[in-house]
Amino acid sequence: MNIFESIRISFRALAANKLRSGLTMLGIIIGVAAVVALMSIGRGATRSVTSRVEGLGSNLISVSSARVVRQAGVGAQSTALYLSDYQAIAQDTNNVVGISPTYETSAQVAYGANQSQFSITGVTPEFASVQAYTIAQGRFITNGDNAAESRVVVLGSQAATDLFSGLNPLGRDITINGINFTVVGVLVSKGTTSFFSSDEIILIPIETGYSRLFGGRALVNGQRTLSSISLSAANSNVVNDVISQVEYILRRDHKLTLTETLPFSVSSQSQALSTLTSITTTLTIFLGAIAGISLFVGGIGIMNIMLVSVRERTREIGLRKAVGARRSVILMQFMVETITLSLVGGILGILLGAAIAGVVTLTGLITTYVSLDVILYSFFFAALVGLFFGIYPAFQAASLRPIEALRYE
Amino acid sequence: MIELENVTKIYKLGQSVVHALDGINLQIQAGEIAAVMGPSGSGKSTLMAILGCLDVPTSGVYLLEGQPVENLSDNQLAQVRSRKVGFVFQQFNLLPRTNALENVMLPLLYDGVHGKARIEKAKAALETVGLADRIHHHPNQLSGGEQQRVAIARALVNNPTILLADEPTGNLDTKTGDEIIGLFQKLHEEHGQTVVYVTHDAFIARHTQRIIRLVDGKIISDEPVAHPLVAGTPRPEDDLKS
Repeated sequence: MNIFESIRISFRALAANKLRSGLTMLGIIIGVAAVVALMSIGRGATRSVTSRVEGLGSNLISVSSARVVRQAGVGAQSTALYLSDYQAIAQDTNNVVGISPTYETSAQVAYGANQSQFSITGVTPEFASVQAYTIAQGRFITNGDNAAESRVVVLGSQAATDLFSGLNPLGRDITINGINFTVVGVLVSKGTTSFFSSDEIILIPIETGYSRLFGGRALVNGQRTLSSISLSAANSNVVNDVISQVEYILRRDHKLTLTETLPFSVSSQSQALSTLTSITTTLTIFLGAIAGISLFVGGIGIMNIMLVSVRERTREIGLRKAVGARRSVILMQFMVETITLSLVGGILGILLGAAIAGVVTLTGLITTYVSLDVILYSFFFAALVGLFFGIYPAFQAASLRPIEALRYE
Repeated sequence: MIELENVTKIYKLGQSVVHALDGINLQIQAGEIAAVMGPSGSGKSTLMAILGCLDVPTSGVYLLEGQPVENLSDNQLAQVRSRKVGFVFQQFNLLPRTNALENVMLPLLYDGVHGKARIEKAKAALETVGLADRIHHHPNQLSGGEQQRVAIARALVNNPTILLADEPTGNLDTKTGDEIIGLFQKLHEEHGQTVVYVTHDAFIARHTQRIIRLVDGKIISDEPVAHPLVAGTPRPEDDLKS
């Protein structure tokens, strides 16, 4: 009795009992497909959440003046952030993909009779990419606008609604502190973050602002100042390194020693980062639970059908022993049968699971992500469960005396 | 040929202990055809299982062709079952959804007989039992008598020294039963097979050379049959009524 003979016996037994083989395989197919489909949906959800949180600007670093107590008894005073600081930072840092200087002031904005107080931000074209804004209509502020000190304005979606109540704002003129500006663009809504409504902003070219709107308040010691500088780090791993670089440049240029308190706040979007971390942690736990439960359920299904189908064959095992089969030969037969069912069922299950994931993606609800590790985990788990519950009862039956196995009801 | 010395078999059924065989001493010579009779629960089937190496005695000695069986390993027992013993069961025990030829080839498969030889031997065995034209039929396409004849072909395909039949006609009508005992008589006469045949049909038992009666795990009588009946003898009227 050689291995090929065993394989032939197994295949003959599988072929002779097509319904039973099919049902057993179905148990494995459904188990594996459920895990692959659910995990792919879960992974897809994690990816979409992660990318949305990254859309909030998780690599964003903000630099602004901070009020610090310099000398006892004198009280807090702030040190201005100069435009020259922006130029130095832009020149001397690495791992920075975008840098955006802003000057922010409050002004009276009016369109016809519709008027109210808004925060006006002077920006450069980098603002859009660094703060992750996209244009809904028209265009963003260009270098040309800054060079020409054009009186153009880009509105946040909420600001556009507030001022124009449904009218198309493009090409219309608004007044800011009485000065006419033409609307050239409207931004896509970002939704509100916990800090501020990011859709209520009104953006103008920063050069226009210095020359026409901000006035003397924007100058300290004859130099132009900034409200803040935003930097976009190349990735989340280098955020802390970029912060150190910026702090070094600020100390250097403001001639501060290492022991003095830095009168600037250089911070990453720690809020967004911690949100990201907590969301992904929750999702990871959630996914783990889904995977665990689906593997468990799939495993139970495989176990049931294997136990039942092998128990049902106890008499067959008894008969095979009665006509002279050795225990090892019977075990080999069941092992080959089980491996065949597990392999074929596992592969079909992976295909079915991937197909379900594909259909879910097609519906547009969520972009699923079928990953190799999920496929491997579910496949090997299903195969292990199948093998154990296929071979263990066969081993038990083959260990019985033939007469006991034959009498099994 | 077969020697049993003080063989006992004890089962535990929950709390109670069943003495299925209680000190059996028995010798059966090569070429004999013998019937074992007794009421239900007398230990007939247990005795057959031990003779066929499907089970082992609790105590006592069983010599098959002079070889003690109780010390054999699982694999050695499998070899004895495959080469020396042909067993016919009351329930036929054919593999379902598997044709007659493949059912008959099963013992050859496990004895390492390959290719053409395997098929030829199985065909010859089916021919012996008169089923040459049924070799590709599945058990569910065969009558009870035909299924039992496939089982007999499977029992004799490896040319065993001893054929054991445990109530082979128990699930068959009397006419088919008479044909089956006729087949065993033929095998005994033409091939010199040793046959041990369990039945509780006294008429069928009278077709053999010797009747061993069991009650409560003990042999209560062991007598030769003066004039064994020839297969085809009509049953007496009163026998049919009982």
